[in-house]
Amino acid sequence: MTAVSASGIAELPPPPVRRWTRERIAGHVLTGLWALAGAGLVLYLVFAWNPELFARWAPAYLRGLGVTLLLVAISVVAGAILSIPVCYGRMSRNPVLSALAFCYVYFFRGTPLLAQTFLIYYGLGEFRPQLQEIGLWWFFREAFYCAVFAFTLNTAAYQAEILRGAIQSVPRGQWEGAASLGLHRLQTLGKIILPQALIVALRPYGNEIILMIKGSAIVAIITVPDLMGQTRLAYSRSFDFQTYLWAALIYLAVVETLRHATDWIERRITRHLVR
Amino acid sequence: MQSAWTLLSWGPEGWLDDIASGVLVTVSLAALTLPLGLLMGFAVALAKKSDEPSLRLAGNVYTTIFRGLPELLTLFLVYFGVQIGLQTLVRLFVPDATVEVNSFVSGMVALGVVFSSYASEVFLSAFRAIPRGQYEGGYSVGLSKAQTMRLVVMPQLIRIALPGLANLWLILLKDTALISVIGLSDILRQASIASRVTKHPFLFFGVATLAFLVLAIVSSVAIGRIERSVGRGEARR
Repeated sequence: MTAVSASGIAELPPPPVRRWTRERIAGHVLTGLWALAGAGLVLYLVFAWNPELFARWAPAYLRGLGVTLLLVAISVVAGAILSIPVCYGRMSRNPVLSALAFCYVYFFRGTPLLAQTFLIYYGLGEFRPQLQEIGLWWFFREAFYCAVFAFTLNTAAYQAEILRGAIQSVPRGQWEGAASLGLHRLQTLGKIILPQALIVALRPYGNEIILMIKGSAIVAIITVPDLMGQTRLAYSRSFDFQTYLWAALIYLAVVETLRHATDWIERRITRHLVR
Repeated sequence: MQSAWTLLSWGPEGWLDDIASGVLVTVSLAALTLPLGLLMGFAVALAKKSDEPSLRLAGNVYTTIFRGLPELLTLFLVYFGVQIGLQTLVRLFVPDATVEVNSFVSGMVALGVVFSSYASEVFLSAFRAIPRGQYEGGYSVGLSKAQTMRLVVMPQLIRIALPGLANLWLILLKDTALISVIGLSDILRQASIASRVTKHPFLFFGVATLAFLVLAIVSSVAIGRIERSVGRGEARR
């Protein structure tokens, strides 16, 4: 029975008392530490503010960011194109094709991107005469092109797996239904399967782009002047630690923007699934 | 011109022993980072699944930062940042001291931090996969909170989290390649030295890449075994 007060209105139970449990204290202390670290970072950047340094390196950082984004954009698009035949090979019933595609994917996913980049940039230098003969040396001479090449091969392997997983996540019945309506296999793929598969693939694709942006920092080691390259240059000239902190803030901003953009797109294209 | 086989032989003529020592460095770095990363990741996951909003916030800030930064940048931040920080601290007491931070330890910390931020997500989703009834059942038979965690939740948690953690281990193994940049003689650095001396970069970087591939294959086999032995006790559903 509900307790009824003198006025005849049921009283709400009092709100639960929030005690200072150990968890709550730990939470406040840790959040406080993060806030302190954040404030410390801002204070450090304000006190260490050096107009000369900023004027000298800000344009370089912007150019570096441009190089990073360009590198990732080219590689991701080229990788997406290359991933289609690889994915086809992975899903093919032909044992030779499928073994080839499996080895390709296994090699590029099983070894560090840095090692692959070194193998292409420094390693192919060993074949300079042969490359000059077939007229490809101009391509493999440039660190930027080599980085694009390595990143494209790498991301194609990852994207092929994403695509395969997404296509296989669509139930068989969808293929059969389309076939019973008399649709051609390619029509089925384009009109029935891919629209459903790409919803599944969106988040992994977003993650892959973020991983590429983070991974692209390594091209600084093979002398590509990307954001990380400019940062290393700035640090080696000025020995000012804030150069690294600026780069960290820029990378964080880019990655967070992309993450939220992926979330937004996902919410938008799954509107019809929300009940 | 030496043949590839002489270059790859063991001993002073060849470089195989140097590459093997690089493999040892890579493996020991990854193996020492793993427990550190797992512990930190578990702690962060506990914070993120807590009912206390401030604790969740602290955990989420951690993951956002260290998942968003490039691994290479995290490595530099730790390597140079800790060095500068410690130096400033020590110079308060000893005016002209120089502090050198061990690159192995910096690598361990940086990779551990990155690993733990990903691992915390894996643990968190594993926690979410365990029904509330498991905790309630534990409490109702008189187990304390810690006992429920250890005896009821953990065995299931490990089984659910294992594939995700195995993936992270493979990523960690690959990320150790970055450590060559701050001067630790891992596989990749030994290969660079060898290729600079012998002018056979394709050969040595190829060998280094294959060494990483072999490590990945060995790990996959070992992970498969562990998964089978952990899954043995699982009841049929």
